[in-house]
Amino acid sequence: MSASPFTVTPLVRRNMRRELAARIVLGAMVAAMVLPLLAIIAYLVAKGAPLISLKFLTTNPTHGMREGGIWSALLGTIYLVVIALAVSAPIGVLCAVYLNEYAKDNWLTRIINLAVVNLAGVPSIVHALFGLGAFVLFAGIGRSILAASLTLAIMTLPVIIASTKEALAAVPMSFREACWNVGASRWQTIWSIVLPNSLSGILTGVILQVSRTAGETAPIMFTGAVFFKKIQPGTLFAYSLTDQCMALSMHLYTVTTQVTNAPEPLPYAIALVLLGAVLAVNAASIIVRSLLRSRKKW
Amino acid sequence: MTIFTGYSGDLSQPKLEYSLATRGLSLWYDQFKALDDITISVKTGIITSLIGPSGCGKTTLLRCFNRINERYGNVTVKGEVTVMGRNIYDPDVSLIELRKTVGMVFQRPNPLPISVYENVVFGLRLHSESSALKRSLLDAAVEKALTEVGLWNDLKDHLDRKATALQLEQQQKLCVARLLPLKPEIILLDEPCSALDVNGTRAIEELMFSLKGRYTMLIVTHNMAQARRVGDECIFMLLGRVIEHGRTEDIFLNPRDPRTAEYIEGRYG
Repeated sequence: MSASPFTVTPLVRRNMRRELAARIVLGAMVAAMVLPLLAIIAYLVAKGAPLISLKFLTTNPTHGMREGGIWSALLGTIYLVVIALAVSAPIGVLCAVYLNEYAKDNWLTRIINLAVVNLAGVPSIVHALFGLGAFVLFAGIGRSILAASLTLAIMTLPVIIASTKEALAAVPMSFREACWNVGASRWQTIWSIVLPNSLSGILTGVILQVSRTAGETAPIMFTGAVFFKKIQPGTLFAYSLTDQCMALSMHLYTVTTQVTNAPEPLPYAIALVLLGAVLAVNAASIIVRSLLRSRKKW
Repeated sequence: MTIFTGYSGDLSQPKLEYSLATRGLSLWYDQFKALDDITISVKTGIITSLIGPSGCGKTTLLRCFNRINERYGNVTVKGEVTVMGRNIYDPDVSLIELRKTVGMVFQRPNPLPISVYENVVFGLRLHSESSALKRSLLDAAVEKALTEVGLWNDLKDHLDRKATALQLEQQQKLCVARLLPLKPEIILLDEPCSALDVNGTRAIEELMFSLKGRYTMLIVTHNMAQARRVGDECIFMLLGRVIEHGRTEDIFLNPRDPRTAEYIEGRYG
């Protein structure tokens, strides 16, 4: 035994070495995630930014999509995202409220929860085939914005249910107990206490689905998106629900794989617009969320 | 016998001797039997304390009186529970009306994450048409309830403060105040001081004394000294059964059952 206390022993030295190793490995992992992300954005900006202008955003593609802008694709994506979420967000949130607040814990509920989790992991191409069969053919909607949006809605529904359930479960049980003990019904409890305190989490889950909806190509390819379509510029109401439409993700795929001699910056510019739109929505959601959070304290 | 004035029912009826009673009450959580053939009667207007080691079913028994147990999983109940002379397992009993009459205070203060004012009027808002709730009526209810629990002087200028930002002791008093506008007859307290320090505990106990007579109080406590200080009567439970029920002095000084004596001496628990 060493005579003086508090000196470094071999055991302590070994722990310190491990500590250092863990720090380096974990830090490297973070770098491995952040650097490619920054590289992608930088590359997109460098290659695509010169092409981007207001005119690029607001004119239709021309000359076999080699010139002109991306207006019909941009508006098509906006239609698809807005309609898809307008369908899936209310259904998903209310469904999660039922599952979390009303459903008893029995085998049926457990099967439903399992189904929700599994559906969230189904590849989007499977949703595409479902949408083709259910909406385009069986329901007779035909290939259209409506059919494509509904397909996207089905795809996002399980994820919204899962994220909303998590947000609801994060509301402390003691709040519900407090409500029940002054004779509140379940709905009064949900409406006056549970929902206001989980709103920020619910919104986050829904808004994350914006990027997923905007980025998917497979589900809309069979159900309503087309390679090329010319629409009236300058108005947000250029599509109707039964029209087929262009979409940014699909347009990017077309330009990179189907169009020969497309100008080199074009795909990068399209990708940049897609990325920018998604980031803008996410940024807006972060602001809304922090506003909501600043009001709640427990 | 005094005339019963707080009750909204038949005013000519004399005050019931027992506000709470059970007969042959057994309760299972799934297969686990938590309460076994419990028959007790709790006197009106006094403080009765429920003591016993952890897991003996004190809290479960407490929760039977407002049927809040049913919200916690698969519960089976056999036997009879009467509140104000009415079997609360009768099919036409409204749980909402029952829970207005039987208020409950929890271990951890659980004020709602809204203002002090809104916490106090929360129950009124739930049970009245919004057109009936004049501002003056709500203001009066808040002042009355907060005065009754001794918070009015501290909080009258901070009614818009978030209730969750108050001190724990104030939060717990607020949780009592939240029950009062609904004119309860009975207040159930589930270890109301276990999250509080010495001063907080004393404040809550003093509050209980000041409410005595107007409300029937049933308190679950782990703290035997507390049971001795606040309880007029005392019920000792063990393994889901009631071992002894009597006046607190009798339980603590002359326990009839050797198990009670051992628990009180601190041999187990």
